This record gives sequence, structure tokens and C-alpha cells, in this order.
Amino acid sequence: MIKTENVHYDYIRYENDESSEPKITHAVTGVDLDVKKGQFIAILGANGSGKSTLAKHFNALLVPTEGTVYVGGMDTKDEERLWDIRQSAGMVFQNPDNQIIASVVEEDVGFGPENLGVPTDEIWKRVDEALTITGLTAWREFSPNRLSGGQKQRVAIAGIMAMRPECIVLDEPTAMLDPVGRTEVLEAVSDLNKNYGVTVILITHHMEETVGADRIFLMEKGKIVLSGTPREVFSHVEELAAAGLDVPQVTRLAYELKREGLDIPGTVLTADELVSCLYNDWSRQKGGAQPSDEVQHAPET
Amino acid sequence: MLREITLGQYYPADSVLHRLDPRVKLVATILFLVSLFVVQGWGYLICTGFLISVILLSKVPFRYMVRGLRAIFIVILITVVLNLFLTNGTVLWSFGILKITQEGVYNAVFMALRLIYLILGASVMTLTTTPNKLTDAIESLLSPLNAIKVPVHEMAMMMSIALRFIPILIEEADKIMKAQMARGADFESGNVLRRIRAMVPILVPLFVSAFRRANDLALAMEARCYHGGSGRTHMKPLKYDSRDVKAYIIVFAYFGVIIAVRAALGW
Amino acid sequence: MLLKLENVTYQYNIGTPGEVTALENICLDIDRGEYIGLIGHTGSGKSTLIQHLNGLIRPTSGRVLFEGEDIWGEGYSRQQLRFHVGLVFQYPEHQLFETDVITDVCFGPKNMGLSAEEAKERAAAALRAAGAEEDIYEKSPFELSGGQKRRVAIAGVLAMEPDVLILDEPTAGLDPRGRKEILTLIDDLHASRGMTIILVSHSMEDVADHAGRLIVMNKGKTAFDAVPKEVFAHYKELEAMQLSAPQVTYVMHALKERGLPVDINASTVAEAKESILKCYER
Repeated sequence: MIKTENVHYDYIRYENDESSEPKITHAVTGVDLDVKKGQFIAILGANGSGKSTLAKHFNALLVPTEGTVYVGGMDTKDEERLWDIRQSAGMVFQNPDNQIIASVVEEDVGFGPENLGVPTDEIWKRVDEALTITGLTAWREFSPNRLSGGQKQRVAIAGIMAMRPECIVLDEPTAMLDPVGRTEVLEAVSDLNKNYGVTVILITHHMEETVGADRIFLMEKGKIVLSGTPREVFSHVEELAAAGLDVPQVTRLAYELKREGLDIPGTVLTADELVSCLYNDWSRQKGGAQPSDEVQHAPET
Repeated sequence: MLREITLGQYYPADSVLHRLDPRVKLVATILFLVSLFVVQGWGYLICTGFLISVILLSKVPFRYMVRGLRAIFIVILITVVLNLFLTNGTVLWSFGILKITQEGVYNAVFMALRLIYLILGASVMTLTTTPNKLTDAIESLLSPLNAIKVPVHEMAMMMSIALRFIPILIEEADKIMKAQMARGADFESGNVLRRIRAMVPILVPLFVSAFRRANDLALAMEARCYHGGSGRTHMKPLKYDSRDVKAYIIVFAYFGVIIAVRAALGW
Repeated sequence: MLLKLENVTYQYNIGTPGEVTALENICLDIDRGEYIGLIGHTGSGKSTLIQHLNGLIRPTSGRVLFEGEDIWGEGYSRQQLRFHVGLVFQYPEHQLFETDVITDVCFGPKNMGLSAEEAKERAAAALRAAGAEEDIYEKSPFELSGGQKRRVAIAGVLAMEPDVLILDEPTAGLDPRGRKEILTLIDDLHASRGMTIILVSHSMEDVADHAGRLIVMNKGKTAFDAVPKEVFAHYKELEAMQLSAPQVTYVMHALKERGLPVDINASTVAEAKESILKCYER
């Protein structure tokens, strides 16, 4: 679906005027990525790791300084296919207010289709669908000012879905939301991926948000330094901390207990898992008692 | 909290006026305002009749219309006073240097009436039409100007985006004001000059914020394939129906009567 | 008693169908030197409450006392109060406006009536305390990174040398590194200057490791007011208020239920580890 080959991106800034030496920031320094249709990908990294810059390449808001980005087979440098690329890969941004254009929810959801030249009747059909799949039908005639942050982000998602994209890229969509809003958005996104087959690329610096992804890519200083399934990536606790991320308490706890010699899997993603694993191990240690807990997790690699 | 205010004070109701195409309402309002400056004397009866029927048809409680008048109350007062005391002509009453003339009374009354009807007329329109429908109407009516390269669509888009963000910016101005007050800023005391200078810590951050929002919004619009007016369709296109045609006929008839009355009877 | 709220209630749109009671009968005593975490769901009233503490909002009923005086009493200057009770709003970098950093930080001191010299000294000291490097002093605040801007904004309030520092979600929008840096900064201010700190947050993790006292707001009322560990023991009720205790708290309670003799009050990874390992000792 999206493929990048040796992508580099430099931000060039002229301090005083165009004739003096420009200040160059190497934001992305050689990224190779392959996202398959229907996958849920997470790109993890601290501020300055280049993740947002990379994200903007997926819908041709930025074009690489070096290397190539293909979206659905189309080269993002091809100006003729620009609108096709952006229809195919939609993007949701960080600030909920600054991406809503209309004063009525349903009109904002229709903005994308209007731009694509979709006939009026078809626009209404798509808007109805998009509102249904994001659970916003009851609020369709409201002004966005009456919605919570989480609801506004869902409006943004609905607006993208009305364009019938193959893929949706979310650039730190929960950064400005409270915990309730964060859960709302992540559930909506997961639903889109699992039940509607939409390819999802989630950019974030919160590790807990990436637990349900198919693959995680960790970025640091413009490069991908780690990639794998959540279990694989979460096991590299020290590297994650060094890359400036907050490792969830249960993951850190499991990692440290294992280091102390406890026989539990190296990676634990949720509190329930940790409890089950610890209980099983402790019971075993106490001798005799067979572990009675069903531990549900993928076999370790 | 401030975000609950809808700009233009749209009052939702189900009336004939609410259901009319916004273009009809816009044209009617303009013609009405012009008519106020064409008539004189008894001609105002016709204007009054038209205004009252329109207000009744709108099903909007009269107190909402009166709100607009409150804002210009001072202006009306000043107009009345100036006209009353400064017009020359047949003196009706005098006290020292103050005098009231017949012409003065006449002018004061009709100037005041003109202002009041102006505000009421405009209010009926904004109370029965959502701001976005209004910008759609303006975009449609000005579309012939596209032929001479006037960016009508862009202007309409700017207007509707501005309308969407006004409540947000008002709320932000409030937050900024509180933040500066938390640093000891004083917006209440001092002379006019000092108070204007005191606005800088609110205006600068507000402008910066507005620019930042504009930047973000532009990116979001591009990401949703916005590329100007060409090739764009409308989700809620404006379409005339028979009711609108009838309304146009009534409005033009009204205007015709006004002109005729003025020409023939000098009212 | 430094700050006291006596039966403070705040309502708006009174008499209309849209009447809202944002705060209901709040009674709070804040002592000098405390580090208080104020948590609650969106709309619980925490932002409204802190604006009562520096006189930006007037209670509908009840009193607010600073050092024993009613701040809404006759002749009381709330402008003066704000030099003692400093409030840093959410996304404080949105209030920056001057042409360079140091002048912006001088805004508070200048409003206090200090001379240009003294204001500059205070500003420099505040910037140092906020961890802003000297090379940014002459720069325009709009050229700085998000994290730097935030430090400058915090310095703007520190420059008034307030007795109390209230921060509304100071880590909002920051990445984990940025969050740690700001929280460390606040810890320092508390430890080295004895500043009374009130930290507002929705994140339990932020306040758990730093605050000595946790006040939980729910729908305009105070639901809990105790040391963090005591508050976490009510983790089920917290969940009903759309708040969550640290992950470790859940783990400890669940393990205890299964029969492991763990300390259910452990709320950090270190404490949990120790407690769990103890279970294995023969």
C-alpha cells in the first residue's frame, strides 16, 4: 500500500536572507518502509525523531529530498497524481479544532467529497456512512464547538472516511486529548482497521497506544532503529527508554522481574497478562499447585 | 461557554422565511434598505407594512429583533438630538439658545425611523438565515464576477471559515487575557491610551495563534484534496423553488410600489 | 494557613435553563510548602477551582482567604494577590508576546512596579530556574521550540517570585522526555525554594510520583483528599470517575486477590518489584 525507499528529508531554513548559509535539519535520514494493505502500523518516536515529517510523506504533503515514496503504486513526486494520492491516503492531524472547516458536523464530513467533485446525492450517502461508522450520527447537525476533543477527532476521521481512502494516517491524534478522548479515538481507529479493512498508520509517542498494532517502527534521529510486532518491540525496554519513550509500568515491571530470575515471558503488554503470568509462576514455585490460569498470548519468539 | 454563542444570532424555527432560499432574503434585504432611503413621509407606511408582515412571518420572538436595536441606541439618540436642535426652519419652541423647529422634528423622526427599520430589517435576515447559508448566497449572487477574475469562491470560503473560527478566537482571547492578568496585567484602570497599549499582550498572541491555526487548516484542507473552486460540487446546493419565485415577485412589487409612490406622489 | 476555600460554590447562567454549578461547596485548606495534585475528569471543575485561588473568578457564594484575608473583601487588591499566587495556564506558550524572551519574562515584574534593572534580574533568575539556556534570552519567543517556549512561559510566572505556584496541565502536549523535564523542574522548585505547588492533571502517573497530597474532583465536588496511596486504594471508584490509578495498583490488587501476599499500596514499579520478590522468599 505504502512503500518508501531510502527516503531522506531535509528542512532548509535561511537565517537572515537567501544569500547566507542556510541551516539544514536532517529530519529523515534514510527510511525504508513497506506497509501492506489492511495492516495497522504504528510509528513510535519522541519529538524530533522525524516521525511527523515522515508521516507527511505518506500523502505527499512533503516530497522527499532524496529517495522515493509510493502510495498505492503512485510516486508522490508525480504532480499529476497528487489528488489521487491524497484521496487514497487520508490524514488526521493533532489539533482537533484546526482541521474542522465547516460550522456543522455533517457539512465538514462532506467537505472532502465536495472537493473530489462527487455528485450531491452520493455525497449524502457517503456522509451518512461515515457518520455511522464513527458513531457520530446523533451529532450530525451540531456545531463542532459543542463537541468534546475526542468527538472532534472522530469528525476528522469521518471526514477522511467519506473520501473512501485505502489508508488513513493519524499524526499524534491524541496528543491534545484527555484520557477519555484518547480511548474514543483509538477505539474508532481500531474498529476501522478490524471491521472495515482500512490500512491504518498511527504516529505517536505513547507506547500504550501501539499495543494493538500489527507492526511497530521505532524512530530515532530520522531513522528506523527498531521494528517488529508489539511483543518484539516492547521487549527492548532499555532502547525504548533511551529513545525518549515512556515504557508502560507493567512492561517495565515484567522486564525487571524477569531479570531477577522469575520465569515469566520477557514481554508483557497488559496488566491482566502480567497478573496471570505471575500467578502461574508463583504457584509453580510454591510447589505442587498446577497453574490454573489460561494465559492468552502469542508464543514467544 | 462562549462557544455556545452562534454568530449572526440565528434563531432556529420553522417559518416561511426560514425556508426561503437565502439569495431571495439577501436581495430582499438589500432592496428594503435601499427603499428606506428612497421614500419620504407617508411612503414610510408602505415600508412599515412590509416590515411588520415580514417580522410576523418569521416566527421569531420580537425581543430578539430588539436586541440589535440596543446596540445602536446611543446612535439613534444622538441622531435624534442633533436633528432636533440643529435644523433651521420654522421654530416651534425655544429656550435661550436651544430651539426646536418643525423641520427638526420631521428630520429627527424620520432619521430615527430609518435607522430602526434598517436594523430590524437586517436582523430579520440574520435571524432566519444561518451564516453559512448567507455566504453560499453571496457566493452564488456574485458568481458572474468570476468572468472578470474576481475570486468569488475563495472569498466565500474565507468568510465561512472566519465565521467558524470567530467563537474559538473569542474564547482564546479570553484565555489569553486571563493568563496576562495572572501575570499582573491590568486591563481596567488608566486612560484611553494606556488601555489601548494594554491590549498588546492580548492582540499579539491572538494574531500569532490565528496564523498558526490558518497554517494547520491549510494543511488539513490540502490533505482533503481542496484545490480551489474548480471542479467542486456542493453538498447543500442552493435551489430555487416556487415559493422563492413568489417571494421574488412580492419583493420586486414592493420595490416597484415604493418607486412609483415616490415618483408620482413625492412621498 | 496559606490559602483557604470556605464553602465555595460557583454557578453560571443562573436562572436560565442552562444553569451550571461548576463548583459545589468546596472546603479546602492549603498549607505553605505543600505539593498538591489536583485531578479530575474534564468538566470536574479543577480549572474553575484554581482560578478562584488567584481571584480570576469570583465565587457565587463562600469565601476565599489568602493569609487569613478575604480576597474579595473591601479594598483588597487582587492584582497584588496574583503576584503571590502564580498561575500557569495550559499551553502557557500561547501567552508569549514580546519581541524577545527576556522582555517577555519581565512583563510580570514590571507589572509589580519593579524598575527595569530589577525586572531584568528577576527575569534572568527565573529563566535560569526554569532551565532555559542563556543563548535564547535575546531571541524572539516565536523562534523557539515547543519545550523552550513552555519554559519561558513558566519563567514568566516564576519571575514574580510567588509563594504559591499553580500549574494547569504543565505537561500537556509534551513527549515523555519533555514531561519528565517539566516535572523534575517542578520538583526542584518545591524542594529548593519551598514553593507551595498545586499541579492540575488528568494523568495519575504525573501526580502519583510527585505530589504529597492528592485532591480528586468529581462533578464540581471534592471526592477524595488524601495522600496518593490512600487515594489509589479507591481505584474502582476512580474508574467510575473516568480516572485510572497507576497500572501497578491494578496488578497488586489482582495478585492479592489470587492469594499472593503483596503490598497493595505499591504504586511504582520499584515498590511493586520489591513486594513481588518478597513473595518468593522462602
